[in-house]
Amino acid sequence: MTTSRRRPWGSLTVGVTALAVALTGCAGGSGGSAGGGESKTITWLVDNTENTVTYAEQIAKDFNAANPNITVEVETRPQGGEGDNIVKTRLSTGDMADLFSYNSGSLFHQISPEQNLVPVTSEPYMANVSESFKPVVTAGKEVYGVPVGTGNAGAVLYNKKVYEKLGLSVPKTWSEFMANSRKIKDAGIAPIIQTYQTTWTSQLFVLGDFANVAAASPGFATDYTANKAKYATDSAAIKGFEHQEEAAKAGLFNEDFASATYAQGLEKLANGEGAQYPILSFALPEIKVTFPDKLNDIGLFPLPGEDASKNALTVWLPGGVYIPKSTKNLEEAKKFQAFIASKAGCDSQTKAVGANGPYLVKGCDLPADVPTAVKDMLPYFEDESRNSPALEYLSPVKGPALEQITVEVGSGIRSAKDAAALYDEDVTKQAKQLNLPGWN
Amino acid sequence: MTTALKRYGLGVLAIAVTVVLFIVPLAFMALTAVKDRREAAKLDFAWPTTFNFIENFQDVLSARKFMLVTAFINSTILTVASVTILVILAAMVAWILQRRRSRWNGVANFLILSGLIIPPAVVPTIWVLQSMGLFKTLPGLILIEVAFGLSFCVMLFRAFIASIPKELDEAAVIDGCGPVRLFFRVIFPLLRSVIVTVIVVQSVHIFNDFQNPLYFLPGDANATVQLTLFNFQSQFATSYNLLFMNILLITIPPFIMYLFFNRQIVAGMTAGAVKG
Amino acid sequence: MTLKTAAPAPAAVARRAEHQARRRKGKSPYPYWFYLPAAVVYTALFLVPTFASFFFSFTRWTLTDFTFIGLDNFVQFFQEPALLKGLTNTFIYGAVTSTLKVALGMLLAVLLTSRIIARGYLRSVIFFPVLLSSIGVGIVFTVLMDPSKGMINEALAAVGIEGPAWLVDPAWALLSVAMVDVWKGVGLATVIYIAGIVSIPQEYFEAAKMDGASSVKCFFNITLPLARPATATVIILSLIGGLRSFDLIWAMTKGGPGFTSDVIASVIFKQYQAGFYGLSTAGNVVLFLIVTAIILPLSMFLNRKEVEQ
Repeated sequence: MTTSRRRPWGSLTVGVTALAVALTGCAGGSGGSAGGGESKTITWLVDNTENTVTYAEQIAKDFNAANPNITVEVETRPQGGEGDNIVKTRLSTGDMADLFSYNSGSLFHQISPEQNLVPVTSEPYMANVSESFKPVVTAGKEVYGVPVGTGNAGAVLYNKKVYEKLGLSVPKTWSEFMANSRKIKDAGIAPIIQTYQTTWTSQLFVLGDFANVAAASPGFATDYTANKAKYATDSAAIKGFEHQEEAAKAGLFNEDFASATYAQGLEKLANGEGAQYPILSFALPEIKVTFPDKLNDIGLFPLPGEDASKNALTVWLPGGVYIPKSTKNLEEAKKFQAFIASKAGCDSQTKAVGANGPYLVKGCDLPADVPTAVKDMLPYFEDESRNSPALEYLSPVKGPALEQITVEVGSGIRSAKDAAALYDEDVTKQAKQLNLPGWN
Repeated sequence: MTTALKRYGLGVLAIAVTVVLFIVPLAFMALTAVKDRREAAKLDFAWPTTFNFIENFQDVLSARKFMLVTAFINSTILTVASVTILVILAAMVAWILQRRRSRWNGVANFLILSGLIIPPAVVPTIWVLQSMGLFKTLPGLILIEVAFGLSFCVMLFRAFIASIPKELDEAAVIDGCGPVRLFFRVIFPLLRSVIVTVIVVQSVHIFNDFQNPLYFLPGDANATVQLTLFNFQSQFATSYNLLFMNILLITIPPFIMYLFFNRQIVAGMTAGAVKG
Repeated sequence: MTLKTAAPAPAAVARRAEHQARRRKGKSPYPYWFYLPAAVVYTALFLVPTFASFFFSFTRWTLTDFTFIGLDNFVQFFQEPALLKGLTNTFIYGAVTSTLKVALGMLLAVLLTSRIIARGYLRSVIFFPVLLSSIGVGIVFTVLMDPSKGMINEALAAVGIEGPAWLVDPAWALLSVAMVDVWKGVGLATVIYIAGIVSIPQEYFEAAKMDGASSVKCFFNITLPLARPATATVIILSLIGGLRSFDLIWAMTKGGPGFTSDVIASVIFKQYQAGFYGLSTAGNVVLFLIVTAIILPLSMFLNRKEVEQ
């Protein structure tokens, strides 16, 4: 049934996709014969998560099968700040790989796209790329990347078996969520999984709540960028910090929240030791690798806010694949971009790691056997009023220390109010470094 | 009686304590390295139910297109090249510094002390390397290791050279030796024991270096062994068995060094650290 | 230095004398150019960046261009909530690790120079961690120190002690890392002390024994004062290491939980990671000033005492 599912960006006909593939395929063929079978190797820099590397290598392999004269070599880099730095320095020193995968949204703006990247706005294959993706890889008037990977959500993954056993229903508001959590605790199961050894996982109460913030105060992202709205003073925005504090004070976290790692958190969730885990949905492929038989016990709901009628899902758009200006293999790199932005590209990814969310390439259908949590997620993706991109796609202002700050909130070291104020200071540095208007 | 008690009692006690404090953690590392992924994730000291040594070994080596193999090659080149340059340059400096009293001595001593205590300024160093076209290159990192290691090596050499009688130099000069010949043919061989110390200490140090490769030699193709630990400690999932296998493998070279040069280290430290 | 060859020898002087004179005056057997290769590398990659850091610490910097912003970075650096914590933590870390290394190193050295069995084994096993990589050690101990499943707390539980949460308890995190630092580094201190003790002339001990001095008295009146150079070396080395320490903290806590085990070096690294190059460089300058302000007077003090003896 999912194969026939229509997505907002799935509207363009398969014909265009086919045409684009045919065009690029044709170009590849003629190039190959003209060059007398001369083969080229291009490089592609991706992050080193198991999931990324697996699908990257599959795409590279399938691309090579379609274009035998071009070999793609996958290079990896660490994620997080270290990876950001590597990307930035390799770009500024002009020795970036021929293509590289990198975040869309605010991090994309930090790599000076207009200075460093090849615009691809008018390339024919851009017709395949979903309109909802283009804004997050656009700088000035030009579009710079094609999406790789799937859309994701920052939401609560929960163990459906625990919910069934205790007769709970999916919460629509924060108070329902807390009520559920208390019942789960009474049953001797950890209600909310937190894993602060892997610090980034602590941010979900705040980051994943953004769709609720956007619903309550729609102008927040714009005002925030303009230095007019603050987490500490906006009553909707501070909720994320307050919720985390409240849950921590109520003792609803797993006992080892401070030392648990992301991998352990997933294990707890899969085994039903813990019931609910606010996390990014790209946890699903990790669960699939480690606990394949438990994958369909896992469901997903958005982080609940105050108002049941406005409860919306916070969406993470996939990263982009960009071409740096320094490449010496522009034609081949574009061919590869075209391949990624085609049905064949999505199929490679599905073949390698399964479909973990909707693709942002037109004509890409999800197979019928997507995980339960992905099925839970799709209705929100389809209705634009029920989702909002995360703040990092709407504003370039993002502080680097949020993960430490939210660890402090969850561990009871710092109050929600202090934390929000501290985070506001943290983003000031970023805004000044980016020289945004209204901050200096 | 009491001496015998002290000799055996204290000895046995010390052995017991060191087994708990030192042997057990190392054994834990080795055991975890041979477990399968799920068992290793339990983090306990249990005996593995299955031994996956070969499998883990192959997985670690072949991960990311044999990155660990590349890394071992890179680390070997880095270590050998920087230690060789360090030994020669530091010995040259130390020799002149020890033998020739002049107004430069004060400056040189000051710079050596600075090199020992000043934390290198990372971003400006990247900036300099970049302008020389050496950023992200192995030669660049080699020179970095040389620059950062010079002070310590000069100190070790100088203390040792002080114990070589100056008459030896004078005799050689009268025999018609030029400075280069004097240094490389007469003095250098006399420094053998301190050279061994410098080689052992610096090669272990550079082989184990994490921070400098991280800053100055990013990129997979250039990875050094310490950076390969990132492969298995990604933010997203940790394969403890592979991580520990990796640690085990990169511990082998320093371990071999130690097996062969245990005595020289202690002897060298006597010359360098105490007199210096 | 060849400039000094000017003075011409009178023609009447024997050839041999002329030869010698030229060598003595013009070509010292210790030519200054021996400094040159080292000086070039050291200047380019250490001195220039160090001086440049003073300049760039006053800028907002992206590596390709910079804006001069005066003292803003320093102001901001001192507003960073992690910094004050990082500052005190740096001092605590340096003090704890060097004190423990001095005390334990001395103790172990005395033990290992006395007549006990298995000295070779003990010396080897204590020294071995010095050769391990900080990152490897950090990862292994992070696992061992896991509060619920880690071996350390399981062992403590077996004897009825409830161990602390080590790395994830804000009160213990920094100390836990410091203890691992000592575990890894005490071997070096021990070896330095062994060398110091072995170099004490045996006659002192023999004379003391003749006078009927106890071994405790021998330790305090002979070993301790005469091993002073070793103590100075251990203190200076471990303080320099401790104040600049980064690898182990980064591998074990990344400054966490929150900011509770941040030290200056990790704060600098975080700013660098975030792309705040000017700010990070300002942090480097602060660390530079602090380390210099502590080590320089301390080493002068320790060395002067040595000379007086």
